[in-house]
Amino acid sequence: MGASVIRRTIATPVFLSLLLVAFAVTAWAVGSRPFNQTIIDIFLQVIFVVGLWIFVGNSGVISFGHIAFACLGGYVAAWTTIKPMMKGNAMPGLPDWLMGMEIPFWAAAGLGAFWAALWALIFGLVLMRLSGIAASIATFAMLAMVNSIYSNWESVTAATSSVVGIPIVRTVWPYLIAAVLAVFVAWAFAISRHGLALRAARDEPTAAAASGVNISRMRLIAFVISAAVMGMGGTLYAHSIGVVTPDTFYLGLTFTTLSMLVVGGMGSLSGAVIGVLILSSLIQVLRWLEAGVQVGASTFALPGGVQEIALGVVMILILMFRPAGIMGNSELNLPNRRSDKAGQPAPTRVL
Amino acid sequence: MGQILQVVFDALSLGSLYALAALGIALIFGVMKLVNFAHGDVIAFSVFALLWPSVDAVAIIFAGNLPWFLLIPFVLAIGAGLSVLSEIVVFRRFRRANPATMMIASFALGFVIRYFLLMLFSSRPKSISLLPALSQPVEIFGARIPLLQLITILITMAVLIGLTAFLRRTRFGLEMRAAAENFTMARMLGVRANRVIMGAFALSGALAAAIALILGSQTGTANIMMGANVMLMAFIATVIGGMGSLAGAVLAGFLLGAIATVMQTILPPDARAFRDAFVYGAVILVLIFRPQGILSARGTKERV
Repeated sequence: MGASVIRRTIATPVFLSLLLVAFAVTAWAVGSRPFNQTIIDIFLQVIFVVGLWIFVGNSGVISFGHIAFACLGGYVAAWTTIKPMMKGNAMPGLPDWLMGMEIPFWAAAGLGAFWAALWALIFGLVLMRLSGIAASIATFAMLAMVNSIYSNWESVTAATSSVVGIPIVRTVWPYLIAAVLAVFVAWAFAISRHGLALRAARDEPTAAAASGVNISRMRLIAFVISAAVMGMGGTLYAHSIGVVTPDTFYLGLTFTTLSMLVVGGMGSLSGAVIGVLILSSLIQVLRWLEAGVQVGASTFALPGGVQEIALGVVMILILMFRPAGIMGNSELNLPNRRSDKAGQPAPTRVL
Repeated sequence: MGQILQVVFDALSLGSLYALAALGIALIFGVMKLVNFAHGDVIAFSVFALLWPSVDAVAIIFAGNLPWFLLIPFVLAIGAGLSVLSEIVVFRRFRRANPATMMIASFALGFVIRYFLLMLFSSRPKSISLLPALSQPVEIFGARIPLLQLITILITMAVLIGLTAFLRRTRFGLEMRAAAENFTMARMLGVRANRVIMGAFALSGALAAAIALILGSQTGTANIMMGANVMLMAFIATVIGGMGSLAGAVLAGFLLGAIATVMQTILPPDARAFRDAFVYGAVILVLIFRPQGILSARGTKERV
């Protein structure tokens, strides 16, 4: 009985967190700067992909727009943590109270999450009324809209030029904590009644609606929570590199996060995390090859762009041959001693 | 008078561009429920087909030196060819997949095409002079209209009339409309699925190439991202036109062009940079009142 309750509640997020802790400890033990940065990048991707999963995985609606929330979060870091003097030069249009503000990065992350969630609520009220495919396209329009505003609002976002001077946080631990937090938030939502109702609506919309599930409201809740996670991730992303531009948070990052989610498997949280770990390793290898590798006397280097092409091809192949992703609908969990399949979620038609 | 006419022509030519793109997306969505995110990259590819691969800033014109009567069919063939190729290599294997899976696959394919171009040509925009004779202005009732704008509008009208005739009068068009209405039923009644789908892809690719020609001569640059903005507007047009409705897509394309041009004129100069953001905002307003689009197509809502 005890084991079964653990299985159904905290086993999965605990396993995933342990996996992430293992990565962090490796980084700490190796102690090299570039490796440390790689691990930080991986944690940030985990936050983004898990944030995306909260909405996409549970609702079955593909969103191309979540990186817009990361953008909102990223600029919160620029607005609240840069020294007031530097802020005045880059972004003279900020209101006075924001101009004088200088808060630590973790407070900025909280604020970034709130700011993104607020806008998700406003956008979501409209977008969640649309049906699946139309909603996906509308999220894409939302991404373009946010990008267009942030690339043109010279006095508040410094338009397309980079905003520098965001304090850089170099240790892996804050990113680890944030990634673990994201995993737990995602899992808590997934096993809450809202999460269950939303997944029911994903698999059988008519039956769910007939059972009293308010689909657009459930989607809206998931949208707001996932935006908060993305906003937090965006703020931390800004703190990991110290610079933000609107194009950091645009199609490239959208493509990477979406491909990680697809490869890992949209139907499961473990899939989201594992997709990040696998594709990040692949990206890392390709980056090394693009930079050039000594083979005997000659240097072998791939031309730029191969990294994205390879990601795209991997993504298409996974969609062709294993549309549910590597993990399908299963989660990392304690072994199930009973052999009945009643507890297993039914195969879904999401992907 | 002249100024108003100018705005009308601006609106019509921008709307034509959006309408052509929306048509290319709606055609494919109609026959196989695929939202083709690679469409914008087909547009970019068609322009780059005129250049010889090089990462230098200066474009090396290759096929672009052909006389116009060969150049135009060449570009159209490239667009149609790439589109059909993507169907054969990628989308054919997704016939039974659900629309969301196909959409992501097309998104990935678009990225592959874009970074393939980046690998060959680098991401810097290149200046090209494509059909330079078209940039001369002509005077109509006191408004100075670039010849290209006039041609864009005329070509779009011709394409729309031709396509309508094709869809309504020919057997192939009939099959295509039947397939768009109810694909399974059409197959049962003897419509050849592969032929219809390849036809739709070829048409869509040729439309993308037409947009490429117009954009290329309008801006005088080739840029690997040049299709992205038009594609986004076309997507929005297909959503507010009602997914799967060809007439709705065209109508919404013109509507978007009109909204964008009017915004460009009436917005204060400071706010003009945000024109596209205002257009997206307007679209969201439309969707609040008509979530199913202006002309919602029959058969798109799943029956229980």
